[in-house]
Amino acid sequence: MNLSLLVILPLLTAIAVVCCKGLKQVRTVSLIGASAQFLLAFFLLIAYWHERASGNSQAMLFQANYTWYAAFNIHYHIGVDGISVAMILLTAFVVLAGVLVSWEVDLMTKEFFFLLIFLSAGAYGFFISLDLFMLFFFLELAVIPKFLLIGIWGSGKKEYSAMKLALMLMAGSALVFTGLVGLYFNTSLSDGRHSFDLLEVAQMAVPLRAQLLFFPFVFAGFGIFGALFPFHTWVPDGHSSAPTAASMFLAGISMKLGGYGCLRVAVYLMPDAAHVYAPWIILLATIAIIYGAFATMMQKDLKYINAYSSVSHCGFVLLGIGMLTKTSITGAVMQMVSHGLMTALFFAAIGMLYSRTHTRMTEKLGGLLKIMPFISTVFVIAGLCSLGLPGLSGFVAEMTVFMGSWQNPGNLYRLATILACASIVVTAVYILRAVAQTVMGPVTDSHYNNLGDARWNEKLAAVVLLVGIVAIGIAPFWLNKLVTPVADSIIEQTSRTITIK
Amino acid sequence: MNNFFLLARQELAITVIIFILLFIKVGTKEWSNNALLHLINGLLLVNFLFGFFFYEDGILFNQMFRTGRLLVMEKNILNLGVLVISMQAYDWLKQHKHVAEFYVLLLSTLLGMFFMISAGNLLMFYLGLELSSIPLAAIANFDLEKRQSSEAAMKFIISSAFSSGLLLFGISMVYGTTGTLVFNEIPQYLTGNPLQLFALVLLVAGFAFKISVVPFHLWTADVYEGSPVAVTAYLSVISKGAAVFVFVAVLYTILKPLEAAWYNIIFLLSVLTMITGNLFALRQSNFKRLLAFSSIAQAGFILVGISGGSQAGMASVIYFILVYVFSNLGAFGVVAVVTAFTGKEDTASYKGFYKANPFLAWVMAISLFSLAGIPPAAGFFGKFFLLIAGAGKGNYVLIVVAALNMIISLYYYLKIVKIMFIDRSDYEPVAKLPLHIYPRLALLICMAGVLVLGMVSGVYEYIYSLSLSL
Repeated sequence: MNLSLLVILPLLTAIAVVCCKGLKQVRTVSLIGASAQFLLAFFLLIAYWHERASGNSQAMLFQANYTWYAAFNIHYHIGVDGISVAMILLTAFVVLAGVLVSWEVDLMTKEFFFLLIFLSAGAYGFFISLDLFMLFFFLELAVIPKFLLIGIWGSGKKEYSAMKLALMLMAGSALVFTGLVGLYFNTSLSDGRHSFDLLEVAQMAVPLRAQLLFFPFVFAGFGIFGALFPFHTWVPDGHSSAPTAASMFLAGISMKLGGYGCLRVAVYLMPDAAHVYAPWIILLATIAIIYGAFATMMQKDLKYINAYSSVSHCGFVLLGIGMLTKTSITGAVMQMVSHGLMTALFFAAIGMLYSRTHTRMTEKLGGLLKIMPFISTVFVIAGLCSLGLPGLSGFVAEMTVFMGSWQNPGNLYRLATILACASIVVTAVYILRAVAQTVMGPVTDSHYNNLGDARWNEKLAAVVLLVGIVAIGIAPFWLNKLVTPVADSIIEQTSRTITIK
Repeated sequence: MNNFFLLARQELAITVIIFILLFIKVGTKEWSNNALLHLINGLLLVNFLFGFFFYEDGILFNQMFRTGRLLVMEKNILNLGVLVISMQAYDWLKQHKHVAEFYVLLLSTLLGMFFMISAGNLLMFYLGLELSSIPLAAIANFDLEKRQSSEAAMKFIISSAFSSGLLLFGISMVYGTTGTLVFNEIPQYLTGNPLQLFALVLLVAGFAFKISVVPFHLWTADVYEGSPVAVTAYLSVISKGAAVFVFVAVLYTILKPLEAAWYNIIFLLSVLTMITGNLFALRQSNFKRLLAFSSIAQAGFILVGISGGSQAGMASVIYFILVYVFSNLGAFGVVAVVTAFTGKEDTASYKGFYKANPFLAWVMAISLFSLAGIPPAAGFFGKFFLLIAGAGKGNYVLIVVAALNMIISLYYYLKIVKIMFIDRSDYEPVAKLPLHIYPRLALLICMAGVLVLGMVSGVYEYIYSLSLSL
């Protein structure tokens, strides 16, 4: 399968959107494009299974490798393994749902869909890159569309949030950049050149000194994207000011770029440093989990509730990565996928409520279950997934992270695991409270009685995401099978270098 | 003699255009501005294309003048830049009384830059430099009714005279300690004695003036603000580009034996320039001043690449200038159109600009992204390569400073984007501006350059193959 299609298809869609005339055409073209992406992602999954089943045991499948800038040994090198496939599927789900949810956008529609689809091209490109330069290219590609999406179509203090997000993400990429350049100059091929190639660098033993110096740059840089405490502050502002589809994209995919980068670049390429810095990662992740949970308790705005809970949930991802066991890394990836779907669904539901009631304050809402049963149900399911109800994806992912973390002996690791587990109780408090206040109880405002339930596009968006959540929740083995071999190879990488030393 | 016509053909082409314009001026037939501008743009296009044919390398006049593939390409870059600027200035020049004079002066400076680039002798280099700066002061004054414009010219001539003085002083010391002015012969006599180091400092200071490097940047903002937009664009792209080309060549060839000394100077200057340029740019409300400080900051990034001292360093610097021509001229092109029709130069008057002028707003935004180094614009590749080249020596401090500066610069570039796309105007926003075919074409060329140059690696590879290492 030609992986470049994953980038080319969204780009073509985006160009087609620009050429469209009129609202209807723009929507139709975007929907066709997003559906095509969706199908392509599924086709990729099947092709991947097929290839694995036929005994192909290469680390990366469907590789393509062309020289891009020979002077710096930069290649256009793409390929996927289980983790990438999982992330690509996630992206396809969220983008399709995002386009469906944005059906009613009427301000500068063309630009809106153009940017949204352009963003997805960046995400796909990021997940298939096997060259660090390309990876960085796609990482930065996504910053500006986010700025514009929030700044133009956002709500509340959107200009502040947009600028904050852009600058903090840029700071993240600046850190990543420094780390990557440092890493690059500490690699050497047999002909004396340096390498940006992920697979090549993984085979080399990067000097320990360089690893120790540059690991924090790369990890913190990607960490900013993945809401690493204390660099998470763009998350609440950005998510809550963004329009619904952009919130879904930000929380569902953009934050996963960070987690994926931490795992793929920082831990995989600098395994010795990962061991050295693991306690710090775990410390920060645990703080993020607990702090995020308690901060969410204080929020009254539904979007802020979800944004802060995202900080907490993404803490699980970093915790899983920091624990460095096979199960915990599998759990971290599953949590990325699960959180991506769940938070996108949550934001979609909030967006639907907001577009009807024009408020996101929990105390002003109430009794919506009677008025809009579909939206409210979706909202409740998203909430339950967030608090880890068995049968939904959140439970599977978090459970795997905890299991994996517990495998790590050492009292402090155990303490961190216990604290992280305990945060679930807090999660239950804020989720149940928000759900109860919003959709249960008496109708707080008689105007709400005239409001309609979800339209076809919103229903479809919710169903798409729900299918993903339930598919992971009820039958997690397929995702597990996808991810575990890769987690294995990462752990192998980390232990291999340790024995060499 | 045939050789002379082939080797100096780009210089001769410019001279021919200058003479044509002079004859038109002294002739009895009165040309309309429109016809004159059509003719000139046509001639400049021919001149640009001419640069790609009849290539031959060699030396002339006792090593006074030399040429080669790299130098021809550098001149082609400048030719392209002048063509684009000329097309962008259409709306402004159409109403101007002295079109022919403007181009005579402009092309004389270009001629000076060509001689400067091709110089193989310090005296020839100095001659070219003077030819490239004195007429420039005259056209900085070309907004004839504006006091600011003459002030800019005055400031420019004084500061450039000062920097010429420094350079001459440096050159005389080089001559005093080595006994030669020929580029090829100087390196073998450079021993690094104190007098030569002093000469090095003076030479670097002279160049630093030309490419507005902190602390020699003080003239930049005022001159950029006062001059007509076309001249500002010319100063910030062509004039700076030519000076950078020569600077790199001088450092990498003539001053090669003193590398240990100049590396430290360049390192310090680049850190200072990036930080100062960016911090001052944060609070500018005049568009031309903003671009002035941004171009100072860009000069700091260029120095990072120069400090690398490798083949990649030289290639990245030249590539960056090429990218910079497209991205900066994209931004200046929009400012030129807006200023020509509304006379407004402050950033606040761009509020709600996107609504009436989506094409111009996108051009401006993409140019600014390229300047900020955001993919997929070519500026991303330019900056990335500059910084990799700079990091080649293992000086990661420089890289960290540069990376931090990219964050700061993103803020003021994004602020402009925010003003154009997000802000609502408190009073009348800029109405829909008519876009003549020339400015439109020029902006499209810039956009094509910005969007294509990075993706296609061939251009960089070509420059790389021509560049030399320290």
